[in-house]
Amino acid sequence: MSENSLKGRKVILHDMCLRDGMHAKREQISVEQMVKVATALDGAGVPYIQVTHGAGMGGNSLQHGFALASNEEYIGAVAAAVKQTRISVLLIPGLGTMRELQAAYEAGARSVHVATHCTEADTSPQHIAYCRKLGMDTTGFLMMAHLNDAKGIAAQGKLMESYGAQTVYVTDSAGYMLPEDVKARVKALRDVLKPETEIGFHGHHNMGMGIANSIAAIEAGASRIDGSVAGLGAGAGNTPLEVFLAVCDRMGIETGVDLFKLMDVAEEVIVPMMDHMVRVDRDSLTLGFAGVYSTFLLHAKRAAERFGVPARDVLVELGRKKMIGGQEDMIIDTAMTMAKQRGLLKDVA
Amino acid sequence: MKKIRCALIGSGNIGTDLIYKIQRSPVLEPVWMVGIDPTSEGLARARDMGLKTTAEGVDGLLPHVLDDNIQIAFDATSAYVHAENSRKLNELGVMMIDLTPAAIGPLCVPPVNLRQHADKVEMNVNMISCAGQATIPIVNAVAQVQSVGYAEIIASLSSKSVGPGTRANLDEFTYTTSNAIEKVGGARKGKALAIINPAEPPMIMRNTIYCLTDEKPDQSKIIESVLKMIGEVQKYVPGYKLVNGPVFDEVPQGHRVAVFMEVAGLGDYLPTYAGNLDIMTAAACRTAEMFAEEILAGKIQLKAVEAA
Repeated sequence: MSENSLKGRKVILHDMCLRDGMHAKREQISVEQMVKVATALDGAGVPYIQVTHGAGMGGNSLQHGFALASNEEYIGAVAAAVKQTRISVLLIPGLGTMRELQAAYEAGARSVHVATHCTEADTSPQHIAYCRKLGMDTTGFLMMAHLNDAKGIAAQGKLMESYGAQTVYVTDSAGYMLPEDVKARVKALRDVLKPETEIGFHGHHNMGMGIANSIAAIEAGASRIDGSVAGLGAGAGNTPLEVFLAVCDRMGIETGVDLFKLMDVAEEVIVPMMDHMVRVDRDSLTLGFAGVYSTFLLHAKRAAERFGVPARDVLVELGRKKMIGGQEDMIIDTAMTMAKQRGLLKDVA
Repeated sequence: MKKIRCALIGSGNIGTDLIYKIQRSPVLEPVWMVGIDPTSEGLARARDMGLKTTAEGVDGLLPHVLDDNIQIAFDATSAYVHAENSRKLNELGVMMIDLTPAAIGPLCVPPVNLRQHADKVEMNVNMISCAGQATIPIVNAVAQVQSVGYAEIIASLSSKSVGPGTRANLDEFTYTTSNAIEKVGGARKGKALAIINPAEPPMIMRNTIYCLTDEKPDQSKIIESVLKMIGEVQKYVPGYKLVNGPVFDEVPQGHRVAVFMEVAGLGDYLPTYAGNLDIMTAAACRTAEMFAEEILAGKIQLKAVEAA
């Protein structure tokens, strides 16, 4: 029954390899590699690809790492290379500004995820309005959505819609949610948003639920799904897009993307680029289980190595302190405090 | 002892917290609170605390400035209306302390450059932002020891402590703070990041300061300079505390100095977690006090700014 209930539903796929994937590559993807990946995704018919530093416009920083090229260089090179794919960017208010949105647009970006923590939508009105003024396809992106209940997510999504967002995303940044959690939030949004406002879902695979959660989102009314080919992304990766596409094809969900071509991109282009196998392992599973922001993974591993405290201990403590995306500095701070408690480090004074 | 009489413009979180700080000051006295909504909670609270109030904006205050001998005003409204407020009050000889991101006057971080603003009798000084007040002293402490090519600060604020004005204008916050890291902190390039965290119970304000020094850092001198600066800030914000660092690392971008701070407030208007509110109002109050002390001692005299 469920097999056929989604037959004929149209869903827009949005690939994150060249944005979320930057996290998994410590921001070290070259312009040439980006052009190669984008060309391959374009050839497979992927309608949207996101291209920026992992933390989006304005992301180049000591906090989030410096990429090999500027966002404008990446976007410009990719935009010149693709034929049908639209280029999107990520913008997190407090990190990126309207000046950077303007620069992204001028470089060729035509779609945007304006992202806030799932309770802080009211930090995005300036940016959402500005994107609409530029004529960009504008999404309000509610991160760490497990930290707000369905009613709360609906209220926050409604705010973003009121600022001008044409799509509202439920974003499972920690890969923590289970299908029922996703359904409840998407349904609550569907109940309050205007019929023409779309709903999206962005999953992470830390608990192995990326695909099941994306299907649950579609069942509850979502029409846009983020993923990344071969899962290249933070934590255990995003919803692996070629696997999700295979499921869509079997269920009769229409995406317009060529499955075999996408499989080839995964195998021949993305997997050879990986510095480490992006998969569910002890640390990424800890993220999902404890509800910690996926991007924290590699930062926690580095801090753990530097101060001699196990990464898993640091991640659990960050979860306990309810640290959210953007607080990567608190990983070093937490590791140092734990190292002091364990007699591994002394105060300066 | 005689006190300098003050007006507060804007009856939100900052304006309300300022009443408490100014009431405690030996040289300042809060007299007027200016709002725009007659039914606002902030105006009612100000009235309860003994202030005169108007809901007519700055124009409602102007006719009383001379009679009530108002000499210093604090503007905690928004960047968009500040310039006009400042012009009107400066014309009447009132010195303006700007707590919006407008920054039309020189930027002020008390332990770094307040003295020089007072010496020049500046009629408008800008307090940058809470993040700027919490981090620029540290950037400057490092820059005093050796040259800083790049400084980046990350301010983590509890959701409950960030009012609607700041939320709707995060870009202005970013621009003003980044600029001040350069102009006042002394870094050649500055970048400011803000994070609003909704955790319950609310997290105390945290600030991380990263500096890239041009040469290999002189660790003991930097530690000494940072600790001395923290002592200076603690004179007006007792809850300004070093949590971790300074810690020194070689990173791909160069020599990194990292300092991790916490700011607990006094719990006047908002609870102690809202150190961001306190450090801003305490810095503004400290600034006003220095001007007031000089005025009372007859060392400086405020002069009306001629209308252009």
